[in-house]
Amino acid sequence: MDSNHSATRRVASFEIFYTQFLNQDGVACGDLPAFAQDREQLRAMYQLMVRTRAFDKKAVALQRTGQLGTYAACLGQEAIGVSIGHALKADDVFIPAYREYAAQFARGVPMRDILLYWGGDERGMNYESGPSMQDFPLSVPIGTHVPQAIGVGYAFKLRKQPRVVLVSCGDGATSKGDFYEAVSSAKVWNLPIVFLVSNNGWAISLPFSRQTGAPTVAQKAFAGGMPGEQVDGNDVIATRFVLERAIERARSGGGPSLVEAVTYRLHDHTTADDARRYRGAEEVEAAWARDPLKRYKIWMEASGNWSAEDEDKLQLEATATAEAAAQAFLKTESQAPESIFDHLYATLPKNLEWQREEVAARGPVGSHA
Amino acid sequence: MAVNLALIEAINLALKSEMKRDGNVVVLGEDIGRNGGVFRATVGLLDEFGGDRVIDTPLAETLVAAMAIGLSTQGLKPVAEIQFSGFMYPCVDQVVNHATRLRNRTRGRLSCPMVIRAPNGGGIHAPEHHSESLETTFAQMPGLRVVAPSNPARAYGLLLAAIRDPDPVIFLEPTRCYRLFKQPVEDDGEALPLDTCFIDREGSDITLVSWGAMMHDTRLAADALAEEGISAEVVDVATLKPLDMDTILTSVAKTGRCVIVQESPRAGGWASEIAANLAEHGLLSLFAPVLRVSGYDTIMPLAKQERVFIPDTERILKEVRKVFEAAPKG
Ligand SMILES: [Mg+2]
Repeated sequence: MDSNHSATRRVASFEIFYTQFLNQDGVACGDLPAFAQDREQLRAMYQLMVRTRAFDKKAVALQRTGQLGTYAACLGQEAIGVSIGHALKADDVFIPAYREYAAQFARGVPMRDILLYWGGDERGMNYESGPSMQDFPLSVPIGTHVPQAIGVGYAFKLRKQPRVVLVSCGDGATSKGDFYEAVSSAKVWNLPIVFLVSNNGWAISLPFSRQTGAPTVAQKAFAGGMPGEQVDGNDVIATRFVLERAIERARSGGGPSLVEAVTYRLHDHTTADDARRYRGAEEVEAAWARDPLKRYKIWMEASGNWSAEDEDKLQLEATATAEAAAQAFLKTESQAPESIFDHLYATLPKNLEWQREEVAARGPVGSHA
Repeated sequence: MAVNLALIEAINLALKSEMKRDGNVVVLGEDIGRNGGVFRATVGLLDEFGGDRVIDTPLAETLVAAMAIGLSTQGLKPVAEIQFSGFMYPCVDQVVNHATRLRNRTRGRLSCPMVIRAPNGGGIHAPEHHSESLETTFAQMPGLRVVAPSNPARAYGLLLAAIRDPDPVIFLEPTRCYRLFKQPVEDDGEALPLDTCFIDREGSDITLVSWGAMMHDTRLAADALAEEGISAEVVDVATLKPLDMDTILTSVAKTGRCVIVQESPRAGGWASEIAANLAEHGLLSLFAPVLRVSGYDTIMPLAKQERVFIPDTERILKEVRKVFEAAPKG
């Protein structure tokens, strides 16, 4: 391409913006958003981050001691879940991937349910309270849930409801056709959708540099004709701010957009993974310097919104909350064996009745957990 | 008042009728709006119901299936069209990993009352990838219903039932029967059951079991047999999943002979499932082995050889004769 050729002219150009309020040392830059004046909001966000980290730690411990199945930790990505949880309204719909536990907690999913899910129990996806009741369950097949947001957003638009759907996925999912089919079509109907990509640098063992030749995920939005931007996903103030802006744009008829939250997966991909096989300790150590909790705590203390006393109290409470969730999970009785038929169809077809009866008659057969 | 309709017109009538009756029904797919669908199944819907409910989608089959899932979770009743069955494979991931499972995964909190319609099978000299028979692919998926109508009246009643069903339904229409014959169809809004085989024709000497487009050839075979003094009972499976073996077993208990006719490849096809059930539950009423007539275990050939692959009356009669050689009419 020769852009200086007399026959060639520019028909479009794109810029990518990056937002950060708190640098990794917890120093604020720029004019903080309005919610940063609300002490209770700021404290609630911090509390949710700390509780989520305590939960994450407990879940990994349960897995390591043989009490939980494979678990996907959210260590280092808590600020994104917290931001989703605070930015979405109760009527909105959240279609999660699987590391946004903080958002799910904020929307009413009990911690016990997340443990039930990774412990191999479908009831962990039957969110029974709060806004989570209309949310999708977390989605393990990478990126396949993303185009489903098109249908949800279309339904809101068809019914003229002021609702927004936020769908999240990781950097790995952005390589899949499912992701592109969604991104390419959302603007066709100007749907009220926010695509949130948590770019944590890794898709199991593949670094982002080998996921795509594109330097950012945000630019993939431009291919679909919608805005795309980056945010420091480890800065909870910035991530909430950018998400709220995208959500309100969608709600007010401004259409879809994509937010790339740049973060880092501090843990292994899952408890079944050993990241030492493919990434160096130095890289992980450097990433800890960008820890979303650390910087937010520094800023909260410096701005007079948090004290050492608050911290002691919260740490105890968060540990106890995670422990209580673990106990609730461990005490949950297994579903009856024949429950595998209970929600297969609205009404079990006649030809499957004998199978259900056979399973019920045989009774519990133990588990491999 | 019944009107003489071709199968494709009956599909169109069912869509119109149900969209009128239920404001939550929307249709979506490629070229279904102004163009009325490549086979004209959705012709007139755009003018009658508007672009909000008659949704022309981008050319992306994964998106079509995924969008239907999203719509259905919000209480809408999407009816998605895939232009040709061979283009349904990108939908498989959405169907098997999400649509069939959402109710089960959420213990009934969310569900997918959606339909994916597609023409199924060959015989219209279409280009490559336009003539596949996919019913077995879908019939193996738990949580799904798979329907393959064989005539205009059943297409109308079964499509109404599919749209009203609270679970995902794959609705495979017999491509080469779209305009092959007409039949009186009454727009009475009456749905047919989605778990029942139909006795297409009563008989006493042999049971011929089929579904979809192959029902046409099976009926012709029964005509030919009648001229020879053999009375064939013809069962239209219609709903492959859930499979109504009771009707088939009752018929075989009466006739003692059975030939199953399918267009899709032989190994692991739905005819095999029916034959296995007959072996388990109907062996003592059989006078002769159950035989299958099927496509071959080959790639669906291009147009010039498609008739080599697709079973015809001659191949059906050949298997029927084998059955009567093994167990002559008493
Ligand atoms: Mg990743």
